[in-house]
Amino acid sequence: MSGFSLERGLQALREEMDAPVASFFSSCVHCGLCAQACPFFVETGDPKYTPIHKLEPMRLLWEREFTLWGRLKHLVGLGRKVTDDMLAQWEPLLYDSCSMCGRCSLVCPVGNDIAYMIRKAREGMVASGHAPEGLIAASVRAVNTGSPMGLQWKTLEVQIKHVETSSGLEVPIDRQGADYLVLLSSMEIINFPEYLEAITRIFDHAGVSWTLSRQCFEATNAGIQIGSKDIAATLVQRVVDAAEALGVKNVISPECGHAYTAIRWEGPNAIGRSYPFRVFHIIEVLDQLRAEGRLRTEGKEMDRLSMHDPCNLARKSGVIDQQRHLMDLVADNFVDLKEHGKFQWCCGAGGGVSSNERAEALKMAAFKRKKAQIEEVEPERMVTMCATCRTQLEEGLEEFNMDIPVVGLTEMIADHLVEKERA
Amino acid sequence: MAVPIRPQPRTLGDSLRQNGVSRRGFLKFCAATASMMALPPSMAPAIAAALEQARRPSVIWLSFQECTGCTESLTRSFSPTVENLILDIISLDYHHTLQAAAGDAAEHAREQAMHENAGNYLVVVDGSLPGPGSNPGFSTIAGVSNLQMLQETVAGAAAVVAVGTCAAFGGLPKAAPNPSGAVAVSDIIKDKPVINVSGCPPVPMVITGVLAQYLTFGTLPELDAYNRPMAFFGQSIHDRCYRRPFYDKGLFAETFDDEGARKGWCLYRLGCKGPMTYNACATMKWNGGTSWPVESGHPCLGCSEPDFWDAGGFYNAMSVPVGDSGNVLLAAGAGGLALGVGASLLGRHKRAAAKAGHETVTADELEQKL
Amino acid sequence: MMSSMDFLLFTKGPLFQVAIAIFVLGILIRLVEIFALGRSRNFAEPRGGQVIPGLKTVYKRFNPDPGTFRRAPFDVVVGTVWHIGFIVALLLFIPHVEVIKATVGLAWPGLPNPVVDAVTAITLLGLIAALIHRLTHPVKRFLSTPEDYVIWAVTFLPVLTGYIAYHRLVNPYPLALGVHILTAEIFLIVLPFTKLTHIFTAVVARWFNGANFGRKGVQS
Repeated sequence: MSGFSLERGLQALREEMDAPVASFFSSCVHCGLCAQACPFFVETGDPKYTPIHKLEPMRLLWEREFTLWGRLKHLVGLGRKVTDDMLAQWEPLLYDSCSMCGRCSLVCPVGNDIAYMIRKAREGMVASGHAPEGLIAASVRAVNTGSPMGLQWKTLEVQIKHVETSSGLEVPIDRQGADYLVLLSSMEIINFPEYLEAITRIFDHAGVSWTLSRQCFEATNAGIQIGSKDIAATLVQRVVDAAEALGVKNVISPECGHAYTAIRWEGPNAIGRSYPFRVFHIIEVLDQLRAEGRLRTEGKEMDRLSMHDPCNLARKSGVIDQQRHLMDLVADNFVDLKEHGKFQWCCGAGGGVSSNERAEALKMAAFKRKKAQIEEVEPERMVTMCATCRTQLEEGLEEFNMDIPVVGLTEMIADHLVEKERA
Repeated sequence: MAVPIRPQPRTLGDSLRQNGVSRRGFLKFCAATASMMALPPSMAPAIAAALEQARRPSVIWLSFQECTGCTESLTRSFSPTVENLILDIISLDYHHTLQAAAGDAAEHAREQAMHENAGNYLVVVDGSLPGPGSNPGFSTIAGVSNLQMLQETVAGAAAVVAVGTCAAFGGLPKAAPNPSGAVAVSDIIKDKPVINVSGCPPVPMVITGVLAQYLTFGTLPELDAYNRPMAFFGQSIHDRCYRRPFYDKGLFAETFDDEGARKGWCLYRLGCKGPMTYNACATMKWNGGTSWPVESGHPCLGCSEPDFWDAGGFYNAMSVPVGDSGNVLLAAGAGGLALGVGASLLGRHKRAAAKAGHETVTADELEQKL
Repeated sequence: MMSSMDFLLFTKGPLFQVAIAIFVLGILIRLVEIFALGRSRNFAEPRGGQVIPGLKTVYKRFNPDPGTFRRAPFDVVVGTVWHIGFIVALLLFIPHVEVIKATVGLAWPGLPNPVVDAVTAITLLGLIAALIHRLTHPVKRFLSTPEDYVIWAVTFLPVLTGYIAYHRLVNPYPLALGVHILTAEIFLIVLPFTKLTHIFTAVVARWFNGANFGRKGVQS
């Protein structure tokens, strides 16, 4: 029997109240500028998708229980109460129409970090039983099988064999004391198997000591997306255990946005301690190798390339210059989208939207913002470094009959490595 | 010993001629009076004619809780003026400061004037008086309380002129905490016209102007919300102030000896109450038209307005609030911190309780929802 | 019946004391309540600092990013204009400087009256434009609660009555000034209990925002 209830949801929300939340709710003046930063509003024009409105239940609870004024209003019978119906009504707003991209947090004139609060609000939604089915299913699979897509080591093993055959290199597995533990995402393993081969070749080229772990290969974290720190902690703990078992110094998050924020920023807080290792996105590692002169490349892509910054990587983690340094290394005709870096627009699929079948139409609607951005600079190909973004870009561009292939940056780097002289 | 008795002039015209005032000087006064009363210049001869023929009305002057400043203002002109003459030709039958008689004889004079001119005489009052709820012994004349004397005297009067801010609004005696329970004449007299000629003291010509109108037209002047003659109190000091251009330009003296003060800039920041004060000082000036407070470099105190004594420090700008803001701020600050801490303990407790009772979300539990 | 001078002295005296007491009490409660909630310890290895990025964000949010300006130029221009106008009229009009000096002991140079007058006129127009925008823009209309309209009026009235008093458009003057002071007191009294709190908490919110992002190496 499921123990989810309104009261449990409210308790979860109460746990999330902190000084930033109180200062944010105290400051909103209903100017509506956050709507202008949200691809879900901009592309649908429906005011209910205004980011701050998505937090109304949480705001009501805060006002009623965490302000003296609200408590007084409550005593004399004024002010609305958060009901189960209300949470049910807000479920699509908090999940289907928000990718937690954080763009609203960057433009709010009074400084409200709305994405920070959306993440917190989802805790209450999970505990009150109002999370979308798609995300529940992904979370259950992630916890029960180790992968949100139910992917097993067996499948990965086949891939590894394939990579070893085609590259003639060994993919190190469970190597004690390696410098880097490489994590993967299920989506990558299924949709973009090129990635594994690319890093195998790059790390061989640069002489990096790395390994995969049988114990845990999955970097993604459905708990972060559904908004449950308990589920998130369970999944992060597996990464930490694997890293600690192998005694690695660093963990590399793959070309996936939320996996990186999950391990890099939320993970330590979910498990309540700091790690004995450091966490990097693959792009950070590649740029570091480039800076150290360990990436020797030849030839450049000559077609017009543009780049999509994953929200989780750029705006939410500060990895902005690294990918551009790498592009300079291998691309001759690179042009940035007009709003890029921390002001980039979300592809529309992040924050669990892509795992939530119900949100399919909204996801495509939100993509129109990206499409408009791409049309502005008319690239021949798009480059990105997140499997979710990449899938969304491919699907979206196809939907709108735009013949613009999407490539992963890691693979592109691998394609330009100077061939090692065979000994 | 026989004292040569000056023949009593019967009309103002007689009085003026007897005092050697030229026809030209008189007409000038009439023109000035007409303009003060906002009448067309063509009315000046009519005023002159009326004044020439005006009969001496009986006036009873009552002085209550006052400082004699109003009387001083009216009598202390340094040369004989037409205003003086106006006073000369009224029949000032009772004024205990000015009259020669004293004691019972004085009071008898008042009673006689009331009797002889019943229904026609004017009562001029300067000074406030202890109100009905107060101790009548605080101010008496010949053993009669001010309140009783006022009510008695006004009973047969045609009208009452309250001269000075004390009579008009209570003035200084009424200033907080008002120990004598002082009230204004108009607080007591409800059944007769009361004309307030406020000011501490009032401009002399204003009182003579009011009397002139009464003598000329037999009517009372048009009055403002405080029953003051519109002709003199219709405009604010600020609106007629020659320093107004400096206010409009934002040029202010900030101390009494700074450059702004020397250059004659606006005195607002030094506490000038001109913007909220309605009086004729700026146009009629004082001491025979020599100067007036603002011209001499001092801010207007707002003395012709009710409660001017309690309206904030004379040298505080008009916008400055009255009261002990500092202590209020300190008390509210301390209270706010205490209540804030209390309220936030409730909030923190609520959150701590939620954390303590946290039920871990598990995959099994989630699976039930599928 | 209360005369206009009684009314002015009431607003300048007891009511002013009541207003500043409620204002200080209320705003302190709000601020203490916010800060007392604190932040839980962050175990993630920081990429950047918090204090400096937080302060930068406090400043930076005065200038919207170019994208927001392109998409909502009206909000940005009108909002900025009337906010600046309101603050200039509030803090730099000489009589207001005198009030602040007498109340808290701080003083600064003011602006010439004609400048403040012009700024006030612009502020009034800006506020009217902002109201029309709120009534017509789909998002603003959707978000607006009765409080938003009440607060618009509470903000508009002190500016309007100040303009009327300055130009002596209503007589007697003590009434005009008293009404102006009364509207300012209403503003002070409701401030801690409404969205007007943002005057103080927006600085806090911006700092937290900048600190959150700054810790992750992004200047927000």
